[in-house]
Amino acid sequence: MKITCEEIDHLAELSNFSLSDAEKKSLGQDLENIIGYISQLNELDTKGVEPTYQVFEMENVWRDDEILEQDASTDQLIALAPAEKDHQIKVPKVL
Amino acid sequence: MQIATKEITAESLVRAALDKAEEYKDYNIFTSLDKDGALKKAKIIDEKIKNGEEVGKLAGVPFAIKDNFLSPVGNTTASSKILEPLKSPITATSVKKLEDEGAIIIGRTNLDSFAHGSSTENSYFGPTLNSHDKTRVAGGSSGGSAVAVALGIVPFATGTDTGGSIRQPASFNGVYGFKPTYGTISRYGVVAMASSTDCIGFFANSAEDIDLLMSITSGRDPKDMTTLPDYYNIETGKSSDIKTIGIIKDFNNDSVAPEIREALKKKIEELKSAGHKIIEFDMPMLKYALAVYYIVVPAEISSNLSRHDGVRYGYRSSEAKDLDEVYGKSRSDGFMPENKRRIMIGNFVLSSGFYDAYYLKAQQARTLIIKEYENAFSKCDFILTPVAPNPAFKLGEKTNDPVAMYLEDVMSVPLNLAGVPGLAIPAGETKDGLSLGLQLVGPRRSDRELLRFASNIAKKEGK
Repeated sequence: MKITCEEIDHLAELSNFSLSDAEKKSLGQDLENIIGYISQLNELDTKGVEPTYQVFEMENVWRDDEILEQDASTDQLIALAPAEKDHQIKVPKVL
Repeated sequence: MQIATKEITAESLVRAALDKAEEYKDYNIFTSLDKDGALKKAKIIDEKIKNGEEVGKLAGVPFAIKDNFLSPVGNTTASSKILEPLKSPITATSVKKLEDEGAIIIGRTNLDSFAHGSSTENSYFGPTLNSHDKTRVAGGSSGGSAVAVALGIVPFATGTDTGGSIRQPASFNGVYGFKPTYGTISRYGVVAMASSTDCIGFFANSAEDIDLLMSITSGRDPKDMTTLPDYYNIETGKSSDIKTIGIIKDFNNDSVAPEIREALKKKIEELKSAGHKIIEFDMPMLKYALAVYYIVVPAEISSNLSRHDGVRYGYRSSEAKDLDEVYGKSRSDGFMPENKRRIMIGNFVLSSGFYDAYYLKAQQARTLIIKEYENAFSKCDFILTPVAPNPAFKLGEKTNDPVAMYLEDVMSVPLNLAGVPGLAIPAGETKDGLSLGLQLVGPRRSDRELLRFASNIAKKEGK
């Protein structure tokens, strides 16, 4: 399967990457090879087979709706941010 | 493993580990060491022992954590640029349980960035070298942990195994490596990769040591709703010591290196002479497991890694002029090429127009793979296969060919898709001195029986 430049741009956008032209070229080639490999599943007949999304044996694990003891304080978490102002995480202009 | 006593102090154990870490510096095993912190903790334990106070089951035992476990000890980098600045206030539940028993972290070990890889060459900090041959890869993604145990720096180390990341480096370095049943150990505080296959496990020098670590770390964690209630520490009725071992024909053919087939043959003979029964069968669905894995896992990666965006923690590009650029530039600079490949493949298989053909199809194939395991375990107690088709390969040999690198995982990924446990056991060396490994696979929740079986056969062989 051929991956077009437009498709690479679309996937980069979905992935939130700003890629250089050289990166797009090499990633495009790699993705084509990987998709070529995984496409072998086409030969497998899966008609009527239920999909398995997880292998955990339990479903709907409930707990009481109360706040558990937290391992980190708000101050500690805000201190992790690359930029902070007035006890809030700071980012460049949005609009 | 050696626990601290009045005679053999925790300080001496920790100092010996730190000295060895220094001695083997050129292997690039650690992303950071915590010398002062570790020695301080050792002194506290020695003081307790001196005063006759109670100490834990791992008192004074130095250990290493793969650098994707959160802990205030050092920065949790996941061997990536994007998490390099992350000094976490949180401790992973598994690490906390080990520390509560007196084990002492000496440092963090190198991995393929975000555990994406099979050689530890995808690390932002450069590759870790193989313990038996410095021109070869350590295996991966938990390469640093495997080499730390293989070189005798620490008696055990933590790892994560999403598709073989514990078992394959264990076999490349001649140590034991265990991936438990999915959900056995809490994943709270571990950097997420693929939530439906990620498992926490260990490297050590014997199945008994891993049994002890499992008994400490297993069990339900309110902070991880996908942990099973503790089954590991519940005694079940004693089963027969004589086991039926299944051999998969497709994993014992020309695609496997001759010396690995020879090791498998030798092990089969040993098992037979110990009275165990050997049966052979086909598992034709397993040849699709790698394709299923490289659809399902990238899909989950693309979702899990979207949180790393340069806003709340980690690296932020200084060139970003608006919010979109914070995301785009931070992620482009912060991730390694393999991270990008997997995120983009994940977005591809999940995107409209391709979802049914790839993602849904893979999850259907996964059902067929699980059924094949169920069928196999109706005929045998455990399955014995190689861990990987080849011994450790040369550094750089596969870095330019992602598909060739993926093919290294062909025998390890099926277990993760089915959620069953697997133990890599050392199985001798090649004539050039490279480690060989085999893996024992059991049905879900057979973890303890699997480890005890491995321990019994090692004792029979006088190891």
